[in-house]
Amino acid sequence: MGRVMLRMKGIDKSFPGVHALDHVDLEVEAGEVHALMGENGAGKSTLMKILTGIYSKDSGIIEFEGQEVNFTTPAKAQEAGIAIVHQELNMMNHLTVAQNLFIGREMMKSGFISDSMMNKEAKKLFGRLNIEIDPSEIMGNLTVGRQQMCEIAKAISRDARLIVFDEPSAALTETEIEELFKIIRDLRSKGMGIIYISHRMDEIKVITDRVTVMRDGTYVGTLKTKDCTKDDIINMMVGRVIYEEPKQAGSVKENAPVVLKVEHLSAGKMVKDVSFELKKGEILGFSGLMGAGRTETARAIFGADRKDGGEIFINGRKAEIKTTEDAVNQGIGYLSEDRKRFGLVVFKSVAENSTMASLSSFMKGAFIDKKKEHQQAEHYVHLLNTKTPGVEQMVVNLSGGNQQKVVIAKWLIKNCDILIFDEPTRGIDVGAKSEIYQLMNELVKQGKSIIMISSEMAEILRMSDRVIVMCEGRITDEIPIEEVSQERIMASATMRNQEVSNGKTEK
Amino acid sequence: MEKLKNNPLIKAIGTQRLVALLALIVIYLAFGIMNPRFATYNTMVNIFDASYYIGFMAIGICFVIATGGIDLSIGTVLTMSGLVAGYLSVNMGFPIWLVIIICILIGTAFGVINGLLVAKMGLPPFIATLGTMMLSKGIGSIITGAQSVTWKSGSDPEGWYRAIFKIKTESGLLIPTGFLFLIAAAIVMAVVMNKTKAGRYILSLGSNKEATRLSGVNVDKYLIIAYIISGTFAGIAGLAYSTIYSTLLPGGGAGFEMDAIAGVVIGGTSMSGGIGTIAGTMIGVFIISVLKTGLPFVGLQTHYQQVATGLVIIVAVFADVYRNRRKS
Repeated sequence: MGRVMLRMKGIDKSFPGVHALDHVDLEVEAGEVHALMGENGAGKSTLMKILTGIYSKDSGIIEFEGQEVNFTTPAKAQEAGIAIVHQELNMMNHLTVAQNLFIGREMMKSGFISDSMMNKEAKKLFGRLNIEIDPSEIMGNLTVGRQQMCEIAKAISRDARLIVFDEPSAALTETEIEELFKIIRDLRSKGMGIIYISHRMDEIKVITDRVTVMRDGTYVGTLKTKDCTKDDIINMMVGRVIYEEPKQAGSVKENAPVVLKVEHLSAGKMVKDVSFELKKGEILGFSGLMGAGRTETARAIFGADRKDGGEIFINGRKAEIKTTEDAVNQGIGYLSEDRKRFGLVVFKSVAENSTMASLSSFMKGAFIDKKKEHQQAEHYVHLLNTKTPGVEQMVVNLSGGNQQKVVIAKWLIKNCDILIFDEPTRGIDVGAKSEIYQLMNELVKQGKSIIMISSEMAEILRMSDRVIVMCEGRITDEIPIEEVSQERIMASATMRNQEVSNGKTEK
Repeated sequence: MEKLKNNPLIKAIGTQRLVALLALIVIYLAFGIMNPRFATYNTMVNIFDASYYIGFMAIGICFVIATGGIDLSIGTVLTMSGLVAGYLSVNMGFPIWLVIIICILIGTAFGVINGLLVAKMGLPPFIATLGTMMLSKGIGSIITGAQSVTWKSGSDPEGWYRAIFKIKTESGLLIPTGFLFLIAAAIVMAVVMNKTKAGRYILSLGSNKEATRLSGVNVDKYLIIAYIISGTFAGIAGLAYSTIYSTLLPGGGAGFEMDAIAGVVIGGTSMSGGIGTIAGTMIGVFIISVLKTGLPFVGLQTHYQQVATGLVIIVAVFADVYRNRRKS
């Protein structure tokens, strides 16, 4: 292989309360496709953001093409020849392909923008990359795959020599992925450096030359792809010491009734033929990588998004859930992963948020019984140990953990039997975290049932009675807690759909 | 300044409402000093007269603005209600009690249409109500054959309805009964806004629609209710306008909604939704009616009223924006 193109050494970065990167190394050679792997939150994105000038590093050295560099803005990284193709594309859908390619550096002819010149130039560029796209086409009319190719072309046209692909295949079809790989191989043969971030194990094997694995903000190691197996990579990704004791055995009684049964649920592109059962008093963990369709499944069950097919049974009876109102009336509560956007009305008080789902029981005739409302809100502030100066306080002024407690109070006041916790401890400090765990355990003891979606392996292992693993909208595994291992979860979470449909369950 | 800010009275009223209230007093006194004839009882009644139709519109649209939406149709719906109801009374001989009900229900009907367009069909509020604004303007003219309509006068046997807004005693004394009506409506609607489920959910969905929906609230229903309130009050405003000014011109009324919106905004209701204050709205409405009535007294025409209103809006809202910026 070629000379070293990029060397990142001892990169360190802290955010308030989080040590995001702990002396991480990364080396990319010219003419190499280098995979960067790790679980959600391992620090891949932070590292790439430092490389491309979005974040500044606390310490460490970056050398690019033999020179030490320190990009303070994305524009400077771009100038130096480093480009990033994001998972979410940054294209202006109403402009043409060529207009997008040359945005910010339009070609001028006697004082006016010349579309014909830009179209010609774009055509030349596409020719060089063997891409067939009409430069005068409106960007929005292209498929996601084609748009991504435009993004790559844009990077090349800015003379990029190192391109970072951030989960490029997530939204692509099989044939589009093939085309993408063709382009990547072509770029590699021209001596460019490529960093490829993906969760898809089989793609890593096909397209990359080396793999660097990160875990919890640290550098684990770099392997040659052809010399290692999937298992090697998975072991490096998950081989962390789990401090909290994982659950040894499920606490659900053998004969516990099924409270929720989902059959062949489909919704949009992200939920495909999902079936499972939830028992009374059970914590059912939903594991998987980001974008696996877990939140979408929860939202479809809760009536927040439209279902395309499938049936839901509650306590054995078929339930028609078309709206969130239906779901709440059926005794389902949903605690969103994004509290501020979907869980709380942050510019309203603790009291108002607490009674949001159950206002009907706080009415005195036509009027809201504010005294009763306050009493009940205060009761739950004490019960959940929510730290707030009072129930009149606006929720926006509370910390993440206390905001989460307000959301929990909302569903407890409504007295829901089925609670869906979507990333219940995301962005919550350690103290509040264990309080929330304790609370969830108490709730199931009282006979409530919980679906817990979590991307934190430790949380899944510690809380669940049973674990369901999803990948790309499908359930790929269902594991009783006694048989669960990090390796098995990770293997199922990276299982592509052909493997599932072929019935292969290799680990 | 710091001490002033922490004064409990100021906190309770709110900075923006306080600025608005001070502006109202300053403007009133300024007119009074410039022309002593302004500070009379009869001028006060004139100010009230101008406040009714703006005030009723403003109370209604305050609910829509609290959802984060807008209702551009209220001005022309006011005119259409007045035109059609007046036409039925004068040309078709409908009894006046029925006419009053029809006048209000025309407003309600447009509220229902606006609500369905926004909540069920997903049209942006600006577009939906721009459409119904033009519809109501046109339909009003078509029904009355593009003729102006003059409501029955106070001397008519059926002229009793005028007493709803103003009584003239035999000695010539004017009693602004409409003022009581307006204040009563404001109090009732303030209670609706702050003490009922509808008000709570309207404010809540205006602040964060998705979080409200995910709490199991039928947000479409409460969105529609907000537009129905707005439309109904446009109908009531139509009655008030017809009673006070008697004659309605086909095609008129466009632009009235802006006076109402200005009143709401001056009073401290946020255009981005989530906040709605009826008390503040009333202060805003009276600022506008004082300006409308007062400027001719000091020899200035409508253009100056617009300049003055514009400045008041900018100053009042800026005070609030400035305070929030300082806070964060």
